[in-house]
Amino acid sequence: MSPTIAVVGASLAGLSAARALRDQSYDGRIVVVGDEEHAPYDRPPLSKEFLAGRASLDDIALGAPDDEDLSLEWRLGTTAVGLDPLSRAVLLEDGSEVRADGVVLATGARARRLPGGDGLDGVHVLRSLDDALALREDLALAERLVVIGAGFIGAEVASTARTLGLDVTVVETQPVPLAGPLGTDMGAVCAGLHADHGTRLLVGTGVAALVGTGRVEAVELTDGTRLPADVVVVGIGATPNTEWLAHSGVALGNGVLTDARGATSIPGVVAVGDCAATWSVTAERHVRTEHWTHALEQPATATATLLGTGGPVPTPVPYFWSDQYGARIQFAGSRREGDVARVVEGSCADRSFLVVYERDGHPVAVLGMNQPRLFTRWRRQLRSAVPTPS
Amino acid sequence: MIPVCPTTALPPGEAIRVEADEPIAVFNVDGEFYAIDDTCTHQDASLADGWLDGCAVECPLHASCFDLRTGKVSGPPAKTPVRTHRVVVADGMVYVRPGVAAEGAA
Ligand SMILES: Cc1cc2nc3c(=O)[nH]c(=O)nc-3n(C[C@H](O)[C@H](O)[C@H](O)COP(=O)(O)OP(=O)(O)OC[C@H]3O[C@@H](n4cnc5c(N)ncnc54)[C@H](O)[C@@H]3O)c2cc1C
Ligand code: FES
Repeated sequence: MSPTIAVVGASLAGLSAARALRDQSYDGRIVVVGDEEHAPYDRPPLSKEFLAGRASLDDIALGAPDDEDLSLEWRLGTTAVGLDPLSRAVLLEDGSEVRADGVVLATGARARRLPGGDGLDGVHVLRSLDDALALREDLALAERLVVIGAGFIGAEVASTARTLGLDVTVVETQPVPLAGPLGTDMGAVCAGLHADHGTRLLVGTGVAALVGTGRVEAVELTDGTRLPADVVVVGIGATPNTEWLAHSGVALGNGVLTDARGATSIPGVVAVGDCAATWSVTAERHVRTEHWTHALEQPATATATLLGTGGPVPTPVPYFWSDQYGARIQFAGSRREGDVARVVEGSCADRSFLVVYERDGHPVAVLGMNQPRLFTRWRRQLRSAVPTPS
Repeated sequence: MIPVCPTTALPPGEAIRVEADEPIAVFNVDGEFYAIDDTCTHQDASLADGWLDGCAVECPLHASCFDLRTGKVSGPPAKTPVRTHRVVVADGMVYVRPGVAAEGAA
């Protein structure tokens, strides 16, 4: 009987794993289990072009014409509820199971919700296509939007809502938005885009309550301010979808723990994408990377591990982008507290610049706003500068 | 025909964006000039800002690679090729003929 590999999670990381398996000459069965009804689609446009109504479902489909040749067995609209570590069977909600010789865990993450925020109409999170459709419909009838959380997704939703003509307020508990990924100085510069485009940004203040009966009417802040709202979007981060693995014996932390090659604590089981906390050789700890490019590229390493053909440990340079208010923000590398940000091109005031982060005089990360060409060169340079561990 | 620039203004390894109905990117690969649609077929990125690697350009946003000779895409996320355009070099000037495929392009 031909071998079977089960891929759990039918999004970017799951599809990339299936493609990588075929690229690596695996010709056994591949069963892809996904709880959403939709064929795999791309999430980044959900806060950008798709939310704005400028991209269609077709535009954001991840599947390509060549994917027919992959001969995948799809089990869409099916939730995996458990994994038997001995038989490596993936247990499905309908009581059936997929027995497999290898398993790829690719269940991603879900949007964190505000405690007690459920139950009111007009309150949204944004993670899935269904979330985006519901939000788009609500925004079309709304005048005032309050976004809770000034991270990348919150900022992108605010920006899209401004282009749709809404009055937008963004509330952030931290004193400076995006200080985690970008540092305080550059976080402040990027957050400046809100004011440039008529979005109110309130920082250093928490949410006390969502007010309304049936439908949300206002957001009450911890300082007593009451912000009237027709729609509220909660953008306060994501939680890895790993609860279904609780009794599987797979070691879990902030995500499925894996070594640098994607192997979990159970032989024949690997984890990829947003659900995986992968050992980073450079950071010397498990890192759960929630970026698109990571979910696209990392599965090839994990599937090679599964097939026993793995090469040297890869040392990728993390990369992400964000589009806000017509500005393209790109970041690559690994920034730490204490790294020094230096503008090497353009100016922050012009919203067109390239910033290099240095540690002990060496570049470790790069941030560009509206500087794609120069950014690409720096990103390349960082890639070639990363030491290959022996 | 659209004038692009003097040949000397586009040295090997460089690219330039030309505004047309649909913007066009013109590349110099070791003295050979190539022209393709500037806008990536995936999302909104300018291929003239991309990374030139031999006869291919890597999109600056999500790294799909396009063959400058044929317009073909190497792999995801882009699913469809870009159009190629014929380049004419005359009297030290680079020109493109928008909509006329490069010779040898599929
Ligand atoms: C609105 C939005 C905008 C973004 N913008 C950017 C951006 O600009 N740049 C960037 O770099 N990144 C961006 N990202 C992040 C990027 O989309 C993610 O990193 C990427 O989607 C991760 O892919 P994944 O396949 O690991 O996880 P996911 O895309 O989360 O997919 C996991 C899949 O598994 C399914 N699943 C979960 N549990 C089960 C189960 N038990 N059984 C079966 N199926 C299950 C889920 O429903 C989902 O379909 C954005 C994300 C969002 C939500
Ligand atoms: S925009 Fe070019 S690959 Fe995505």
